[in-house]
Amino acid sequence: MLFARILGIVAVGTAVATITSGAALAQKKYDTGATDTEIKIGNIMPYSGPASAYGVIGKTEEAYFKMINDKGGINGRKVNFVTYDDAYSPPKAVEQVRKLVESDEVLAVFNPLGTPSNTAIQKYLNAKKIPQLFVATGATKWNDPKNFPWTMGWQPSYQSEAQIYAKWLLREKPDAKVAVLYQNDDFGKDYLKGTKDGFGGKASNIIMEESYEVSEPSIDGHIVKIKAANPDVFVIYATPKFAAQAIKKVAELSWKPLQIVTNVSSSVGGVMKPAGLENSQGILSATYGKDAGDPQWDSDPGMKKWSEFVDKYMPGTDKNDSFVVYGYGVAQTLAKVLEMCGDDLTRANVMKQAASLKDFAPDTLLPGVKINTSATDFAPISQLQMQRFKGEKWELFGEIISGDVPSQ
Amino acid sequence: MSAAEEVVAEGHEAVEAVPKRAMTLSTTTSLVVLAVLLIVPLFAKNFIIFQLTMLLIYGLAVLALNILTGGSGQFSLGQSAFYAVGAYVTAVLMEQFNVNYALTLPVAGVICFGFGFLFGQPALRLSGVYLALATFALATAMPQLLKLNFLEHWTGGVQGLVVTKPDAPFGLPMGQDMWLYYFTLVVTLAIYIFSVNLLRSRSGRAFMAIRDNEIAASSMGVNVALYKTLAFGVSAGITGVAGGLSAIAVQFVAPDSYTITLAISLFLGMVVGGVGWLPGSFVGAAFIIFVPNMAESISKGLSGAVFGVLLFLVIFLVPHGARQVAIVSQQLIGKLKKN
Amino acid sequence: MELFTNQVLAGIATGAIYACMALAVVMIYQAIDHLNFAQGEMAMFATFISWQLMQWGVPYWAAFVITLAFAFVGGIAIERILFKPLAKAPILTNVAGFIALFAIINSSAGLIWDFTIKQYPTPFGSSPFLGSQLISTHQAGMIGVTLLLLVGLFFFFQYTRIGLAMRAAASLPESARLVGINTSWMIALGWGMASAIGAIAGMLIAPVVFLEPNMMGGVLIYGFAAAVLGGLSSPFGAVVGGFLVGIFENLAGTYIPGVGNELKLPIALALIISVLVVKPAGLFGRHIVKRV
Repeated sequence: MLFARILGIVAVGTAVATITSGAALAQKKYDTGATDTEIKIGNIMPYSGPASAYGVIGKTEEAYFKMINDKGGINGRKVNFVTYDDAYSPPKAVEQVRKLVESDEVLAVFNPLGTPSNTAIQKYLNAKKIPQLFVATGATKWNDPKNFPWTMGWQPSYQSEAQIYAKWLLREKPDAKVAVLYQNDDFGKDYLKGTKDGFGGKASNIIMEESYEVSEPSIDGHIVKIKAANPDVFVIYATPKFAAQAIKKVAELSWKPLQIVTNVSSSVGGVMKPAGLENSQGILSATYGKDAGDPQWDSDPGMKKWSEFVDKYMPGTDKNDSFVVYGYGVAQTLAKVLEMCGDDLTRANVMKQAASLKDFAPDTLLPGVKINTSATDFAPISQLQMQRFKGEKWELFGEIISGDVPSQ
Repeated sequence: MSAAEEVVAEGHEAVEAVPKRAMTLSTTTSLVVLAVLLIVPLFAKNFIIFQLTMLLIYGLAVLALNILTGGSGQFSLGQSAFYAVGAYVTAVLMEQFNVNYALTLPVAGVICFGFGFLFGQPALRLSGVYLALATFALATAMPQLLKLNFLEHWTGGVQGLVVTKPDAPFGLPMGQDMWLYYFTLVVTLAIYIFSVNLLRSRSGRAFMAIRDNEIAASSMGVNVALYKTLAFGVSAGITGVAGGLSAIAVQFVAPDSYTITLAISLFLGMVVGGVGWLPGSFVGAAFIIFVPNMAESISKGLSGAVFGVLLFLVIFLVPHGARQVAIVSQQLIGKLKKN
Repeated sequence: MELFTNQVLAGIATGAIYACMALAVVMIYQAIDHLNFAQGEMAMFATFISWQLMQWGVPYWAAFVITLAFAFVGGIAIERILFKPLAKAPILTNVAGFIALFAIINSSAGLIWDFTIKQYPTPFGSSPFLGSQLISTHQAGMIGVTLLLLVGLFFFFQYTRIGLAMRAAASLPESARLVGINTSWMIALGWGMASAIGAIAGMLIAPVVFLEPNMMGGVLIYGFAAAVLGGLSSPFGAVVGGFLVGIFENLAGTYIPGVGNELKLPIALALIISVLVVKPAGLFGRHIVKRV
């Protein structure tokens, strides 16, 4: 029986592996994906298809772990970073994650991107008890340790950011009429919900909610329509291209509302410069990280490290791309967690260490913003600071605000 | 100007004629393929079984397109819309109304049949690029329709719906993946046999008559309108069942799963498999599942370009798809036998 | 009423984008008798070339001309290398070839120039046009160029030997060959011209939507829709179709209560399909009679 023979070989192989590792190194504990020499980490990213702009995050993470390996690895082990293309399609994400888990046998799945893809794989990974660590989406549902103890977010949630804007407006401009432009998907709708929740009883301040589709080439028509409603405040929950279009069109219409733009689209090089620096003056946003295109960080030690990393490991990459900063920060967080795991590289311990981060500050986060997690808090970054665009850089103002939104 | 009329000579059909016998496999080959499909999962990892399940599902969807294009000569870039409707019908019935997964599939099929039949009505007046645009429009519109606010109560809106995977029934000693594979295989076989017989039946001959020459067909007494819409309905119904199966296999439905990219993939699957050759549908499905994986293993940054180059290679070498390979090998075997 | 006028004006401005692309679509349709799905990507690639030239210090108009030449030659090269060998293959195989070309160009542009959006200059400036803030001088310039192209194409197809030969080669290849037209080269020439017109469209659209590898994705859908609405055989129809789609889309988004805004693209497409059902060859297309 061929079948039986294969099973037999597998069984013997496993037994040998267990004996050697168990006898020689009693204090070391491993799950599939970790050995004395290697830690295998899986990742999925849209390298092809309409969302391929995010692919650079995966490339940055790959480069980051190459740098770590060049420096000797983590506790003497090299990180083997396996990343696959999911083309931003949930069925493909399921296929690739299953390949990572069942064929490549990774220790953890790290930073998979997009709310739909992550929702598609969440149940599977939790059932298999495999960490779905630091997912690249800002939905609130990732902070749910009770129901999904193997899933953890990383960046501040979209809703908490939107609440910060709403509360700021309530305090500074309590009577202002507000119009919201949002992308008609999970990202935009989360922001809209956060804004409404933030306004609470004064949600009637929002006089207009206008959505657009990513398939639209130009969103000028929406801006014209919003201007006609004559709001005092124009809130832009759009991805970079559309945010830049909106800011530019508002200026072309000689319209001067107070503008707030989501953190996703606050990149100086990726949004403000293309939209026109003169058009971007006075815009408000909130942030948790440093912006690569912002000259105020030119002499910042953390960003210098980042810049040297890009020069050495990703030559030719556009430094204006905020995703390169993002990928570096999240990869650094994973490296920290793996370092904290020491020689106990079990999946349970990876989750335990990820939930025990105390005041950890990756190089790319704002001064004062720290990563804190606990067994009941699976939202690593929950602090933001408001900022105003002036000249060619963002000026931070006010306190660092902590705003967790519980998952529902 | 507009009064000027052009006359187009024949010989410029979108789909060339395929004799109906050449649309299937011989009995021996079919049995061998079936045996392989039955045995392989016993030796494969769960994730490979999952990939094979997806292969069968995409194969069904490509087959449905093949009936429409290869059978009746109508072109569609909107198959993703029917696939989406089928997936959502299954997901909503399973999650919101607790219907058994196996029972949701006929419902998905019937609803999609109706949807396709209705869509076939305006499509009757359109052909060639115009039909391509109309179906393309349907595919682009579908994700937006699924996001609509007033449907959100059932569809989960932009967040989508998570679907529970069924366990093997009657205490059968097999995992969820393997059970679902065999379940899908049975459904696929049933639909495949149905399709082969459909194309050999009176209706099938009517489809092909329309494909080869619509005017001639109608003058021979074929009810062109009826058969064209029927082809749309059957194609949509099968696509709907495939969509329903995919919802169960992937355990998740969301508007982003069913974009125009899916419709284009299914179209490529048909071309690679060979237009009008039903077994080729599964070869095409293998192409759209595995070739992107190959492309990315060659180059991450250029995976799209590598995929494009591989696709070009295939259509240069075999412009008629896998069918051409099958015909050539059949001839070779024939020659060998004679010697 | 002010909102209505504003939306119509904004619709004309966006419609100019679609009209421009639709012209390129009609051009290729005239040459090869079907649609090229990679057309938008070819235009995007050409626009990136011009951007790169300007980054290297080449002045706008010089870059413009070089890019046009590049696009023209590139279009011919693509036809000669990739599609001439497929001339005998079924049409659907050719369509698969367009999709392959789409993937190759999109992915290469992403690798070469990244996916961050880039500002693209306009030769017309972006101040308000004739005191109206709704149409900028750039958009006015774009409409002007589109109309110029239209007139040019009209004369080309109607009065030049080569234009007539091209039409003949596309619609009746057999007969065209018999009267001594080199149909194979006519197709290549059509590819070159379509590619060059696409490049113009890309360079005019980029200042509005920003330059990035996926910038033409949405534009191409609307360009197809506009061309089909106006009639694929009529450059004039394509331009009118472009403006109509732009205006209608804005009005549907503004005035249809409830779902209008969320569904403006599906509504616009549904309208186009309804038009096609009544007039299968588009608003200005010629009716084609088939011989059995």
